[in-house]
Amino acid sequence: MLDKLWEYLQYPFVQYALIIGVLIALCSSLLGVTLVLKRFSFIGDGLSHVAFGAMAVASVLHFTNQMVIVMPITIISAVLLLRTGQNTKIKGDAAIAMISVGALALGYLLMNIFPTSSNLSGDVCSTLFGSASILTLTITDVIVCAVMSVIVVAAFLLFYNKIFAVTFDENFAVAVGTKAKIYNLILAIMIAVIIVMAMDLVGSLLISALIIFPALSSMRLFGSFRSVTIFSAVLSVFCALTGIIISIIAGTPVGATIVGVDVFAFLVCLIIGAVLPMRGRK
Amino acid sequence: MSLLEVKNLALGYDNRVVAKDLNFTVNSGEYLCIVGENGSGKSTLMKTLLHLQKPLDGEILTGDGLKSNEIGYLPQQTIVQKDFPASVKEIVLSGCQARIGLRPFYSRDEKLLARQNMKRMGISKLRNRCYRDLSGGQQQRVLLARALCATRKLLLLDEPVSGLDPKVTTEMYELISELNEDGITIIMVSHDITAAVKYATHILHIGKKLFFGTKDEYLQSDTGKHFVALEGGDDNA
Ligand SMILES: Nc1ncnc2c1ncn2[C@@H]1O[C@H](COP(=O)(O)OP(=O)(O)OP(=O)(O)O)[C@@H](O)[C@H]1O
Ligand SMILES: [Mg+2]
Repeated sequence: MLDKLWEYLQYPFVQYALIIGVLIALCSSLLGVTLVLKRFSFIGDGLSHVAFGAMAVASVLHFTNQMVIVMPITIISAVLLLRTGQNTKIKGDAAIAMISVGALALGYLLMNIFPTSSNLSGDVCSTLFGSASILTLTITDVIVCAVMSVIVVAAFLLFYNKIFAVTFDENFAVAVGTKAKIYNLILAIMIAVIIVMAMDLVGSLLISALIIFPALSSMRLFGSFRSVTIFSAVLSVFCALTGIIISIIAGTPVGATIVGVDVFAFLVCLIIGAVLPMRGRK
Repeated sequence: MSLLEVKNLALGYDNRVVAKDLNFTVNSGEYLCIVGENGSGKSTLMKTLLHLQKPLDGEILTGDGLKSNEIGYLPQQTIVQKDFPASVKEIVLSGCQARIGLRPFYSRDEKLLARQNMKRMGISKLRNRCYRDLSGGQQQRVLLARALCATRKLLLLDEPVSGLDPKVTTEMYELISELNEDGITIIMVSHDITAAVKYATHILHIGKKLFFGTKDEYLQSDTGKHFVALEGGDDNA
């Protein structure tokens, strides 16, 4: 089996998939901790539906580079969703549910009315659940993904302390003069970027799993923000690699396999966390 | 000029006035206790003083070189989620966030300050513990240490002893009183009129009747006598 794996690893598209998988897993897990703690995970979910709708619009309009449309629409929605989420008058979660389901329906409708290929359900399925095969990844995808990841990771490291402060106690942060709104905005933009990046690999429905699971797993085991963040990044990368390799060998869909591994890792962490009284420690 | 001067302040939410015509001053080194019934607007006043909320009317002036981000704050309830992973050290250090400005990381001095404040609050041993696993009293000490990292001048405390047992409550009051003796000005919201009268130099009473003055003046006033008789009986721990 190792021989077979080694053979596969020689193919560029397999290497591309692994690189992209690792980068996306890393970025999504870094932000995941904050998103889960800020109760923003639903925004990730809503945004992925918006991204799906945007993708449908882009393909109907025959854009060769769909990013040009999908990225701005998703970023704008992220900013808007964050606004409504903070507004106490409009029920934040209802607004998000509306937008996300609306975008989903609209996207499917558009793809139905203006079919771009004969295999409609195949198209829809791969936008929702990620490409069934990763043969389509190109070196350009890898470069775009790498650049975006570097930006996201750098921004995260640079704002790490502020992000912690704003996540832990926004009122206190504002009281001592931290511009919480700006950091929330930065967070929203970063989520949007990651979601668009992850669309191809895991599909829009499964992205939130990538964001949420490593963070939740890590929170079972660790008690400081720093160790939770580090461990969830490590775990997420590990799960992504494992998932991609399994999917290559077993021929299963990539996105679903990665998420499956993430779920499994969560269960393991849940059990370890329940058995070992580690929570008091670092 | 005094540290803080409040003129004709009106507070509330969306133009619904909760309290109005507030006038008081706080000088360096004083200990002001804010008392009043539930819902009279004490927490709202705190938030307004911290600029978390806009005043509906009136003004808040700061003097003695106090910058608006040099105020330490202990919220009434820190709605920290049950499972938030944060160590004591991380939380206390986050009190220095105003000092670092746009610099991404904490400096050696700031880490030292955090250590000193943990020591001052007697929580050095807990520094690697997770906040959510601490007792209520320990958690309050952590948040107080954080507030101390944010200021050397003025502390705003919103019911710092709510939910603590009598022994820990007394410890907490003593701790705050020591800070005041060290020169930090204290503005504290409290339900506990006995403690307010014991520790504070000045009292601000908000509610249907307004009162501002020194502790002794308060005890002589009708508002004061009435309130002490009403609230004082049940809290003589
Ligand atoms: N976010 C809010 N939006 C609208 N109204 C609010 C809000 N928070 C508080 N209020 C109202 O403002 C009034 C004053 O509330 P506040 O929390 O300041 O009272 P308090 O004096 O601190 O009471 P307590 O002693 O219970 O802490 C109350 O009538 C409350 O219902
Ligand atoms: Mg209150």
